[in-house]
Amino acid sequence: MTDTSVITRETSALGGAGYALELRDISKSFGALEALSGINMSVRPGERRAVLGSNGAGKTTLFNCITGDFPPTTGSIRFFGEDVTVFPAQERIRRGLRRTYQISLLFTGLTVLDNVYLACRGVSRGRFSFVRPRRGDALMQTAEELVETVHLRDAIQTPVSELSYGQQRQLEIAMALSGAPRFILFDEPAAGLSPTERVELIHILTGLPGHVGYIIIEHDMDVALRVSEHVTMMHNGRIFKEGKPAEIEEDPEVQALYLGGSDE
Amino acid sequence: MVDTSPSRAMRSHSESWFDRVPPAYWVLGVILLVVPAFASPFIMGEVFARAFIMGIIALSLMFLGGYGGMVSIAQMAFAGFAGYMVAVFGSSAITEISQGWPWWVVIPLALFLTVLFSTAVGWLAVRTEGIYTIMITLAIAAAFFYFTRQNYDIFNGFQGFNSVLPPQLFGVDWRGPYAFYYLSLFWAVLAYAVVLYISRAPFGLALQGVRDNPRRMAALGYNVTAHRVAAYAFAGLVAGIGGILLTWQLSQISPGTVSIGAAIDVLVIAVVGGLRHPIGAFIGAFIFVVLETFAKDFLVTLGMAGERFQLVIGLGFLLIVFFSPDGLLGLWERFRAARDRDPLTGEDRGHRAS
Repeated sequence: MTDTSVITRETSALGGAGYALELRDISKSFGALEALSGINMSVRPGERRAVLGSNGAGKTTLFNCITGDFPPTTGSIRFFGEDVTVFPAQERIRRGLRRTYQISLLFTGLTVLDNVYLACRGVSRGRFSFVRPRRGDALMQTAEELVETVHLRDAIQTPVSELSYGQQRQLEIAMALSGAPRFILFDEPAAGLSPTERVELIHILTGLPGHVGYIIIEHDMDVALRVSEHVTMMHNGRIFKEGKPAEIEEDPEVQALYLGGSDE
Repeated sequence: MVDTSPSRAMRSHSESWFDRVPPAYWVLGVILLVVPAFASPFIMGEVFARAFIMGIIALSLMFLGGYGGMVSIAQMAFAGFAGYMVAVFGSSAITEISQGWPWWVVIPLALFLTVLFSTAVGWLAVRTEGIYTIMITLAIAAAFFYFTRQNYDIFNGFQGFNSVLPPQLFGVDWRGPYAFYYLSLFWAVLAYAVVLYISRAPFGLALQGVRDNPRRMAALGYNVTAHRVAAYAFAGLVAGIGGILLTWQLSQISPGTVSIGAAIDVLVIAVVGGLRHPIGAFIGAFIFVVLETFAKDFLVTLGMAGERFQLVIGLGFLLIVFFSPDGLLGLWERFRAARDRDPLTGEDRGHRAS
């Protein structure tokens, strides 16, 4: 069983709002290319949602707009009731939004523990501290607990460059869980994982505390449908279908477009 | 690769600071302490003290470039600015400008103003990357040089300030060869130790994260721009300390001290030594100062014009960069890796001595 006490403890003090995430008429253009168009989405606190779609559907672009990697061309983003559309990335992170990346963006010269420590420090005070952490440092202990949460205890002092790809994905999740996450965006966390590692990933995701919601982009339908309670299908930068996992799985349009092979 | 992680810092808490200092450092420390017993005042002042001072200024560039990934050509301008401020607010032969304030006001004020200057430059420069950072800091260094040369109200134009001397404290003449040697050695060791310590603190670690992947650092909640500007502020403080010592060593400060050539010298020192570890700045400075001091005589011995000593420095720089882009530290690390490699299997035998 995944130990998520560290996440629960840190998040318990945070209140909720009507929606964790509200997207209104989000569009994003890169020159003449319209990557996103008229995206409306409301996700409740604690809700687990999968966003599916073929390559180029705009899923990662949507994540980048939500996290503030770049601003949407039009539309607004509210996070737990607060309009964060123009907020820089770090301000959204400090409000409890987290994400993982499609391609692991880790600090490969540092150890597993140091990567998680940096993530913990990023959402706490003392980011500019010139004083090294002492024995029993609370943040360091939290980082150790998070490493344990994603089952990397044996590799805690291993440089990231020596981890397997699957372990790196697990480390990405540990970093996303640092601080006080209220909502997490997982960008293809199962990509490149072995079947055993996928099972491990499903355990980690389903073992997250109930109040931590997430959106998962995932091409592996088995993983996506098992860890989500609501599915949004995207195509050519637009939402074209929403529903329960079973409904989506049975939908003939979805099967024709995505499950049965894309026409792209 | 230097382990700069906080977890290493925590592991090492079980050892005393005495145990953590490598034996080679103790040997070097003893040698540097007894140098004055054997060296002439010229060698102490013009070679060792100057190497310590240029090392401190190059260390400020190493901090920005090595840990922050920002190559600044303006470090000599910060150093010179601190020197000018000491001359303006303290004592010099130019009594019409120098205010003659006490040292305990002048030195903190000079360093404070230098940090403000470097913060402002950093605020401008961090909006650029790579070659553009180099260009903008080069432009600032050039602008500062011409400004000091043309401004007579504050910087006394082309002549600058002479007779800028360190204060007489505890009955010691700090401009004397022995006292100044130990003064510059003390600040070099302190600056080195502080930079090394900070590299393992959250700020230094985050700075290295910003260097490796700024986008990811922002996604972890860090204000990348603020971290970079803060790094400029700290580097300005280090350069300022070096600048005050340089002014005292030369007993003067003039536009020539902050010329474009001097700014490039700092870059050469940092790159020749290596940007991967703070010790590289001092290795580079020592080599640079030895070449600068003795290359003229060497060329004359060969029957060439002594003024062409910069040619020798330039050739040395080219050779080092050609064979090791990581400077002399890179050469040493490659040698160590080759020594530890099993000649038959090619595997690391794992008995790396530090």
